[in-house]
This record gives sequence, structure tokens and C-alpha cells, in this order.
Amino acid sequence: MKVLIPGISTPIARMFAARLAARGDQVVGIDRRGWPDAPANVEVHAVDVRKRAAEDVFRKSRPDVVVHMATVSHFAEATEERYRINLGGTQTVFEHCATYGVGHVVFVGRHTFYGAGPESPLYHVEDEPPLALASFPELADLVAADLHASNALWRAPQMTTTVLRFCYSLGSTGHGTLAGFVRGRRVPTVMGFDPLFQFLHEEDFVSALELAVDKRPRGVFNVAGPPPVPLSIVIRETGRTRVPLPEPVLAAMLGRFGLPRIARGAIEHLKFPVIVDASAFRAATGFAHRIDELTAMHAFRAAFPLGD
Amino acid sequence: MRYVRARVTLLVDSEIERRVARIELPWSQVGVDPYGVEKTAVARMMTALKLLYRHYFRVKVSGVEHVPARGRAMLIGNHSGGVAIDAGMVMASCFFELEPPRLAQGMAEKFIENVPFASTWAARCGQFTGLPEHAVRLLNDGRLLMVFPEGARGTAKLFTQRDSLVDFGTGFMRLALQTGTPIIPFGVVGAGEALPTVYNSYSLGKAFGVPYVPFTPWLLPVPVPVQMGVHFGEPMVFEGTGREDDEVVRGHVDRVKERIAALIAWGHTQQ
Repeated sequence: MKVLIPGISTPIARMFAARLAARGDQVVGIDRRGWPDAPANVEVHAVDVRKRAAEDVFRKSRPDVVVHMATVSHFAEATEERYRINLGGTQTVFEHCATYGVGHVVFVGRHTFYGAGPESPLYHVEDEPPLALASFPELADLVAADLHASNALWRAPQMTTTVLRFCYSLGSTGHGTLAGFVRGRRVPTVMGFDPLFQFLHEEDFVSALELAVDKRPRGVFNVAGPPPVPLSIVIRETGRTRVPLPEPVLAAMLGRFGLPRIARGAIEHLKFPVIVDASAFRAATGFAHRIDELTAMHAFRAAFPLGD
Repeated sequence: MRYVRARVTLLVDSEIERRVARIELPWSQVGVDPYGVEKTAVARMMTALKLLYRHYFRVKVSGVEHVPARGRAMLIGNHSGGVAIDAGMVMASCFFELEPPRLAQGMAEKFIENVPFASTWAARCGQFTGLPEHAVRLLNDGRLLMVFPEGARGTAKLFTQRDSLVDFGTGFMRLALQTGTPIIPFGVVGAGEALPTVYNSYSLGKAFGVPYVPFTPWLLPVPVPVQMGVHFGEPMVFEGTGREDDEVVRGHVDRVKERIAALIAWGHTQQ
């Protein structure tokens, strides 16, 4: 099987590519950042997915499956560029998939699609709309990309489209939104709130992607593993120090005094949980996580010790 | 297990710690269930409730054998007494009187989600916002749900109205029909005497982000130590899908309401 991975340079995409290559699949990657020390049997094109050179990769490689991982969170890019990458990039990838007869396309999205709010149900299922965009406008581009990918289910019925809404990842690469948030010694929280966080060890994240490629489930699926954990326990088990601050003080201090830089809207995610029901994905693919929540937190702690 | 034990602090009664461990919930390695209910928090809450339940209100309980030992069920009862002391006593009765102990999970008012500390405390102790999605999921997972169909209008009853029942919502009955859940009616007596409300300030409540602030003859909403009673009735089972006409559902609700009124009246004869 030939698999094309736009966004192959992220740590998890690299793990996924290596896993596919190890089992004998042909792997082609696109990422403007390149991957200098990629395994010999992984072909990487250091081009922007939105440029013509990327289209050439689609045309020449003719992949069976495309796993679209070329999206960025609000941490990584400023608003305009993020819109171009997330929404423009997703649109381009799906257009190329349709043009060059790709049989199966997997969109790797995020569970934050649903948003966090005081009146949201604790567990979200796939047919729910994104309800909390007003309080977190920085998520709009990712939500739009997710909806564009989901539209392909009827817009391009000749392809099998799989939209995956992954919970956070956590593990030894330190990559991802949650890992970035708890990276420093002190982790700010909103005083009086302790939302549940749902995360998956990176190895299980890759296993879920592998199953999506193999089982080709058609539709939109939440992906999660172990049961959720309160943020206070995540902070404790990763060896960090919790710094509870009143909400207005927290909003003023973000990005200063050694605290992480997050968008104002993300404060809602420090007050209310975003938890997904992943039973449909488990039923469709047989996915079961192998690494529990405590091991995932300790793996992160071991990889990023604070000298404690 | 050793991990969870290490986290339980001196604030927790050791007998309660052992009872919490026997609650049949799928606790994770860090002592949290899939809904975020935390063993340590439940143990702390029950330690606090034990003082009120056993010594302050000397709660008299009857009919607790009607609450099933496991599997889905809905506890449906009356509210009074300003600040939902009755909910705490129903939870305590299910925890202290049942073998194995069960955690009654309430459907909290939506405003609590926005209140710092209260929202976290409620979530860790298994009290979730009263959304139909929560109720259906909990029931499908075989949980024990506690619902006060009078809502905040129930706790807002004045002293003179303490044993009356205001309008019941019909949502609980549709959920019971939809999920095939037995209803265990209960009547609480004494909450209105423990915290006799003489006036509710709705404007002050708005300022604090709560529905109202109750005032007692001694102004503060601090309960006095009167004996309370929690009296459970036999399970009521209704057949249906939850999509019946309002008149049909209303008829079922009225039957539950009548049963609760009878339990309150009977409870007074036992005080």
C-alpha cells in the first residue's frame, strides 16, 4: 500500500511513517520543514502542501491512501497563516485526492472541535455541532477544516473519507497541545476549576491511525483511549506545580512569568472539559489503547524532567 | 490501590474510606471514574455528611431496601429547606445504609457549572448538570440517579409550604420510559424545619449568580439540628418509549407525585 502523509515532519507523523515503513508500506511525505534524517524507505518532499510542487507529488506518486496531518494549532502560528495552512491546506489536499483518484483519505482532526462550555454535555458524540466557537474564535480554522473534510463524505462519494477527532496526545516526544501546556515547571489553572482532560499515549495515537488506514472506516469518528483525568492529577503526575489563579489574573499573566502562552479563548478549556465518546471508532476498527493514563503521564515526566 | 490510598488524607474517616472502596464504580488507577468522580472527593464528602446525617439531623431512614443493590434506577423525591440539605441526606442514606454502598448521582442546577469550587466539587462527587445527555448516559451505565423534579422551585419553598409539592417537570419520566428505568420514589421530611425559609431574595441571588438567597428568622441560611427522615417507596415501573403525548406522561408523573406526597405524610407520623 502506498501512503502519502502531508505534514509528515511532526513527531507523531514521523512515528506513524516509521511504523508503516517498518511493515512494508510505501510511504511518501510532504512537509515544507522537510525531514533530513528520514528512514531510507520514506520519501519526503520538502514542499508546501498548498503549492504546485505538492500537486506533482500527488500526480507522480499516485497514493492509495492520504493521511492529512498538515494542520497546526493556535500555539504554532498566527491567525492569518493558520487559516491558510489549516483550511486552505485541507481544501487543497482534498482537491488533489479527488483529482488523482485517491481511494481513501484520512483527516486527522482534534476533539476540541466540540468546544468547552458550562452547558456542554460531558461526553461528545460525532453528530454534535461545534458549540463553543464564540468563546474560542482561535479554533475556527480547525473547525472549518474539519467540516470541509467531513463534507467530502457526500461531496466526493467515490473516495472513502475518514475524519478522526483525536483527543490530546501525551508521551515522550512532548509534542501536542496538552504536552506544550504542561511543559514548564509551573502550570496555571483557573482557581476553583479542575476540568477533566482526555489523552492518548503517542504509541496508541499511531496505532489508531494505522487501524484507520487498514480498516478504512467511512465517516466521522472520535478517537480516545484511557478514561479522562482531572487536570490537577495531570499536573501532579507529570511532576509539575499547579498555580491556581483567579480567572482575570490568569488572563493577564498568560505568556509571562514563565507561564505558557495560550489564547484567551483557551481559558474555557481550563474551566470546562472536552471529553469524547470514542465507542464508534472502537466498534469500527477494534481499536483498544495499550498504554494507560498513568504510564502516559509518567512517560512525559521522564522525558521532560524538572530536576526534582 | 496503594496509589489511591496514599492520596486519601486525614480528613477522611477510615470506615468511610473502606465503604468508598466498595462502591461498584469503574475506578481508574488514579482513583477517578470515567465521569470524573474521584474516590478521595467522595470520601471527604461522605465524612462531612456523616456528621450531619448521624449526629446533627439524626436521619431516620425507611424503605432503603427498595433501592436496588446494583443497576440503573432513578430516585425521585421532594425538595425543601432552602439549600438542598435533603439531597445530601438522600446521598448519605444510599451510602451508609446500602450494602454495597451506592453513590446517588444528582442532576445539579446549571448555574453550578459556572461557580468556582462548587462546580469542581459537584463533578468530583458525581453531581452533574441536569442535561438529558448526562442522565441517559449514566442510566445506560447502570448508575443510581437522584432527581428532584421540583428543581430550584422546590428548595425555594417557604416554611409554611415546606411539605407541599410544587409542579413536577416531566423530563425525568420521559428518561425513565426511554431507558426502561425503575423509579424509586422518596419523601424527605424535616428539611423545611431544619432551614425554615421566611423570604427568598431573587435580586441578591442574581448578584451572586444563584437562583435566590434564602433568609431564615436568624437571617443566615444555617440549618438547626432537627430530626430529618428519608423514606423510600416501592419501585414504580412504567412502560413506554419516552415519546408519548404530554397527557400520558403527565399522568405517570402525577402518580409518582401522589406516591411522594403519601411518603411525606407517612414520614411525619414516624418522626
